Amino acid sequence: MKKTPLYDSHLKYHAQMVSFHDYTMPLQYDTIINEHLCVRRNAGLFDISHMGRFEIKGNKALPFVQNIITNDASKLDDGQVQYTPICNDQGGILDDILVYKRNKDHFLLVGNCANQEKDFSWFQKQAVAYQGLEIRDITDTVSLIALQGPLSSRMLENTFNRSFDFLNRFYFTDFAWNGARIIISRTGYTGEDGFEIFVDVQHLIKLWDLLLDKNNQDGLRPAGLGARDTLRLEAGLLLYGNDMDETITPLETTIDWTVKFDKDTFLGKAPLLQQKEKGIIRKLTGFEMIDRGIPRSGYPVVKGSEVIGRVTSGSFSPSTQKNIGFCLITASSVRVGEELYIQIRNTHYLARVVKIPFYKSKH
Amino acid sequence: MSNILNELLYTKTHEWAKKIDQKVVAMGITAHAQEQLRDIVFVELPALGKELKAGAACAVVESVKAAYDIFAPVSGTVVKVNQKIQEKPQLVNEDPYGEGWFLHIEISNPNEFGALLSPAQYQAISEPAP
Repeated sequence: MKKTPLYDSHLKYHAQMVSFHDYTMPLQYDTIINEHLCVRRNAGLFDISHMGRFEIKGNKALPFVQNIITNDASKLDDGQVQYTPICNDQGGILDDILVYKRNKDHFLLVGNCANQEKDFSWFQKQAVAYQGLEIRDITDTVSLIALQGPLSSRMLENTFNRSFDFLNRFYFTDFAWNGARIIISRTGYTGEDGFEIFVDVQHLIKLWDLLLDKNNQDGLRPAGLGARDTLRLEAGLLLYGNDMDETITPLETTIDWTVKFDKDTFLGKAPLLQQKEKGIIRKLTGFEMIDRGIPRSGYPVVKGSEVIGRVTSGSFSPSTQKNIGFCLITASSVRVGEELYIQIRNTHYLARVVKIPFYKSKH
Repeated sequence: MSNILNELLYTKTHEWAKKIDQKVVAMGITAHAQEQLRDIVFVELPALGKELKAGAACAVVESVKAAYDIFAPVSGTVVKVNQKIQEKPQLVNEDPYGEGWFLHIEISNPNEFGALLSPAQYQAISEPAP
């Protein structure tokens, strides 16, 4: 089991640790609900060093990235970030990643923990056609934490004595701090304002402690994977392994907007185009429970006497106090207000299709 | 440290049981169990009259994260359920041995009650020596 460099810090803050793919990670320090509400009200600090990080360099970096992603990185400014799936030859989702463009010859890619090795070997396989391309796995040398919540911009300023409020959403900047190289990116996975911070591994603990010390009075607390999951679900953001996998295409999910067919060519384009023309048979959608019951991943979704799909993510939602989830179901049943039943322990509980996000930040 | 009451008996799956008269046993989950689960947001209880088997699942509690089975400490018939914890699941966190009780079971095999864990035995399994 791998540990992130913050393992001892998590224990110091009394984290309940769980295994998450290859890593031992904090599930919660206090309770998931308290941490969730703290991020919605103030801010929370997350260790996300388990996510895969890769650097792509060379004069063919842009065409390489364009070929592996479905979104269009040619539209990016230097210093801009883009969310995109990467698809296999059949259009199935291999991972969903963030693409950071430094310049047309230099990119940073951040993917899911579970896919770190798969992504790396996929990139290497695809790189063969792009001479002189350098791909480095920097997961163990450059750490990643996330400061998320309405007060996060003020907290960064408290910490570094300079403002990062000039950054627009999905932009990043470099910053030197006591000899450490830091990248500050206005991105996140919570539906709140927030920043993701890359830092050289040897400076990580110092930065983590400093952020928590400087902003304790403003209400910053460490937050674990439990709150990360409920926050992203409320914000309508998908989780790889639950709401997406290699057997699901982006068109069947809520991130169909990330597939840019007007782009020249990319992996998965032909099968995705074919699927678009034929029409999709199943679709991912948000739902909320009307009956009392908590939907969980894998529960059958029933309409009439027919199973029309399954729940892919589900939870109690601390901000709305409802029970919510995503399900992958027959596309013809995806209409807001449509009533469905979720089968929970052999009993059918009434639910209805709703628009996502389930929760919009008030800030 | 978890709170273990001397007047109760326990299971290795972290339920407590208490005789409230000759035939009826009250049960719930222990302070240790609710601490591990943290925020309890849903409780599902069996119907009145349901026949339970000792060691078999009789209720479900859900934290934010997941659903967990709760096991019957003794065999018997459900004669009372605590509807309050269905309305307000956090009572199980706040008062697991009091207002957060789950069921009353009319026991069918009195010998099973004697086979439950003593407070000292339960302490040994719920708080292993460091």
